[in-house]
Amino acid sequence: MKELMIDATVENIQKVTEFVDEQLERLECPVRAQMQIDIAIDELFGNIAHYAYHPGVGPAAVRVEVMENPMAVVVTFIDHGEPYDPLAGKEPDITLSAEERQIGGLGIYMVKKSMDDISYEYKDGKNILRIKKNI
Amino acid sequence: MKITKTENGSSLCLSLEGRLDTNTAPELETVLKASVDGITELVIDMQSLDYLSSAGLRVLLSAQKTMNKQGSMKVMHVNDTIMEIFEVTGFVDILTIE
Repeated sequence: MKELMIDATVENIQKVTEFVDEQLERLECPVRAQMQIDIAIDELFGNIAHYAYHPGVGPAAVRVEVMENPMAVVVTFIDHGEPYDPLAGKEPDITLSAEERQIGGLGIYMVKKSMDDISYEYKDGKNILRIKKNI
Repeated sequence: MKITKTENGSSLCLSLEGRLDTNTAPELETVLKASVDGITELVIDMQSLDYLSSAGLRVLLSAQKTMNKQGSMKVMHVNDTIMEIFEVTGFVDILTIE
């Protein structure tokens, strides 16, 4: 297990992505899965950066774990900011026209569709959000 | 992300290179705001774009809405990862993808 502790800011999304990509490259993760995980980081860490400690700044931990049989990568985001379950929102209506479209909820929806599993829990004052991608 | 702008009369092509995400989407938004006045044909070339997140979708949606009023917009050279995102989010029905 590898862990990165970092301030949850929009500027740090890139550092988190580099940290996770480094582990993925070591595993020879397929490019498509890597891009999907990178997008998930942008959505999920971006959410934490925007909302967890608003209007202040606080830390977040990003963990990367590897599972075998089947081979999978698990990325966990932990912060101790405002309790927030990103999975609780209602699914966006993806059939609306450009004029009627709302972007809210689309990011988490994309992550749900591209990952093999996603889970959230609030425990000991911490938001724990976990994504799993089979590789 | 790198944005290359090619203008020809009322046609504008923006070629994107890299990643269109939370950090870079505002750059595209700024370029669009500053450039679309008087444009009737907007092309977004994604040949060298690796992927985009919902922050990128938001900017594309806003550009599409603007162009619906004043002309047309096309998105070109979309890779498989990006196409999948457009399909999953229903953006295939909103954008003109070639």
